[in-house]
Amino acid sequence: MASAFLPALGRLAVCGGTHGNELSGVYLVQEMERQRKEKGDDAWPIPVTTVLSNPRAVKECRRYIDTDMNRCFNRATLSSPTTDSSQYEVHRAQELNNQLGLKGSADAIDMICDLHNTTSNMGLTLIHYTTSDWVNLHICKYLQTKITKVPVRVLVLDVPISDAYSLESVSKHGFSIEVGPQPHGVVRADIYFIMKEAVDMTIDWIHKFNSGTVFEGGDMEAFKFIKSIDYPRNPETLTLTAAIHPQLQDRDFCLLKRGDPLFLSFSGETVKYEEEEPLHPFFINECAYYEKGIAFHLAKKLTLTIPTVQVQKH
Amino acid sequence: MSRVAVCGGTHGNELSGIYLVRERLKRREDGIEPVSVVTLMSNPRAVQLCVRYVETDLNRCFTRAALSAPVSEHSPYEMIRSQELNALLGPKGSAQAVDLLCDLHNTTANTGLCLITHSDRDWICLHICKHLQREMASTPVRYVHFDIPLDEAYSLDSVGKHGFAMEVGPQPHGVVRSVIFSAMQEGVQLMLDWICQFNSGTLFEGGSVDVFTMVKNIDYPRDPRTHMITAAVHPDLQDRDFCLLHPGDPMFLSFSGETLRYKGKEALYPFFINEAAYYEKGVALSLARKRRVEIPSVRSDTRR
Repeated sequence: MASAFLPALGRLAVCGGTHGNELSGVYLVQEMERQRKEKGDDAWPIPVTTVLSNPRAVKECRRYIDTDMNRCFNRATLSSPTTDSSQYEVHRAQELNNQLGLKGSADAIDMICDLHNTTSNMGLTLIHYTTSDWVNLHICKYLQTKITKVPVRVLVLDVPISDAYSLESVSKHGFSIEVGPQPHGVVRADIYFIMKEAVDMTIDWIHKFNSGTVFEGGDMEAFKFIKSIDYPRNPETLTLTAAIHPQLQDRDFCLLKRGDPLFLSFSGETVKYEEEEPLHPFFINECAYYEKGIAFHLAKKLTLTIPTVQVQKH
Repeated sequence: MSRVAVCGGTHGNELSGIYLVRERLKRREDGIEPVSVVTLMSNPRAVQLCVRYVETDLNRCFTRAALSAPVSEHSPYEMIRSQELNALLGPKGSAQAVDLLCDLHNTTANTGLCLITHSDRDWICLHICKHLQREMASTPVRYVHFDIPLDEAYSLDSVGKHGFAMEVGPQPHGVVRSVIFSAMQEGVQLMLDWICQFNSGTLFEGGSVDVFTMVKNIDYPRDPRTHMITAAVHPDLQDRDFCLLHPGDPMFLSFSGETLRYKGKEALYPFFINEAAYYEKGVALSLARKRRVEIPSVRSDTRR
C-alpha cells in the first residue's frame, strides 16, 4: 500500500472543562498539571499544553455561564467584536483562539484533544469534523487496538472546517474524546481512567509517529451523523411527554429498525421508529441536549480506507 | 389516614418526581375517598431552571428554626417557599398537618428505592416499606433512618405527621430514565394502595424490617490549598450502595492511581455513594449501621 508522508506533529493541547460539569476532563487536566509540577516538561515525550477551557463554569460546576462555549468557535463568533457586557464564553473562546490558534492559520497548534463526558452510554467515542484527516483516523485506529475495556468508536460530523463550531476545530488536527456514561457533576473512577488512557495513548501515538514508526493503513469503521430526533413534547408547555424507551436506553450505536421502540410516554404508550432506513442512534438521553431539543442523534455506518502513514523526514 | 401529600421537584433537577407530579396533575389523580391526595411541585422556580435550587437547598429549610424565622421579600427564595409549604401541608408538629407526606427524589447513587425518614419507630412508614418490599419484584427497597429529633429534622417530609423521602437511583440529575420513573410511579401507587387498605380496616401483620441508620459521612480526599478533590470513589466501591464495607476495603482511587482504604474500625453499610449534589456538601458517601426492627401488627381505628 502507498504511504502518505506527513509532517511531524509539534504540540498537543489537552483541554478539559470546556463544559464545567463534565468532570473527568476537569480532573485529568488537574492531574496533568500536577505531573508537570512534579516532573517538568519531561512529564511527556512530546510537548503538551494543558488548558482548563471554561474556568468560571468549572468553579460553579455548570455546563456554561452564559452560552455553550463549545458552540462559539465558528468564524462568525470568533471574529465578532466583544465588549465588557458580551457573553463570558464568547470572550473566552476568542482568548482560546488567540492562545491555541488562530484557527485556520499556519500558527495554529497542531492538535487539540478536547475532553468531554456524556450521560449517554457511548463508551469511548472519538469525534472529528472530517473523514480525511489521516492523522486523526490513525490515532483512532491505534486507540481501538490499545483500549479494550470499552468499545472505541469513531464519529464523523462531515462539516467544513469554517462552519465547525467546537473547540478542537481551532487546531490543525483536532478531535474530541467523549466518554460515558457519567452523570454531570460526578466523576467516576472507571470513566476517568478510560479518558486518561485515551490521552496517554494519543501522546504515545504522536511520539511514535514523530520518531519514524510506520502505521499500516486499512479499512476502518466510522459513524457519520445524519440527523437528530427530539422528545415528544406537550405543544403548550414544551415539557417532555415521554422518556427514552427502556429497550433503547443505553443502547448507543445499536441498529434501529422500523418498528423498534423509541419512547415510552409517562402514561404508558410506546412510540416507535417509523422510518424506512435503519440507522444507529447515539447520544441517547444526554442531559445537556434536552434544552437543545435532542433525544438522540442518528448515524450511518461507513467504512473509511486510510493509507499507511509515516513522518516526512524534514 | 385522610390526607396524603405527594411532592415532587423539591430539587428542581430530579426529574422522575417532577414528571410523576405532572402526570398525576394531568390525570387529576385526587385519590379515592376517603383519602384525599394533594400532589404538588415543591420548588417551581428550580424546576423551571432545571437546577437543584435557586438560592439555597429547599430540603434543608424545614427545621423548626427555619420555619419560624422572620422572612421578607429579600430572604432566599427557598426560605420563603419552605414556610409556604409548611402553611399548606403543616404546620409541622400540629394536628392540622397532612397525615402522610411522600417527597420524591432521585440520586446519582445506585440506591434502588429507599424510604428515608428521621424515625425508626414510625409503624406506618415501616409497614409501607414492608409492603413495597413484598410487591416490588425488580427494585430493591430499603429503609434509611437519620436519627434526628423532629425539631431539627430539616427535610420536607418532616412536615407531615408521618413522612418519608422516596429516593430512587441511579439517575443523572437533569435526565429522566424510564425504568427509574416507572419504579417511582409503582412505589407511589403501592403506598396509596396500602393507605386505602389500611383505612378500610385491613389488619397488617407485624414482622421485621431491616433499618439502615446513618452513622457518619465521609468526604473526598482534597487538596488542602485549593479544596479540589484529589480522588474518585474506588471502582470496587462505586455502585455498591448497601454492600458491607469492611476496615481495609478500598474507598478512593486517586487521580494519579493510588488506592485509599477505609480506616474505620467498624464494618458499616455505605449509601449515597458518589451523589452529585453532595460534592459541595463535603460528602463522598454516608455510612450506616443495619439492625432488624420488630414492628407490631397495625389496623386503623375505624371507630369514629
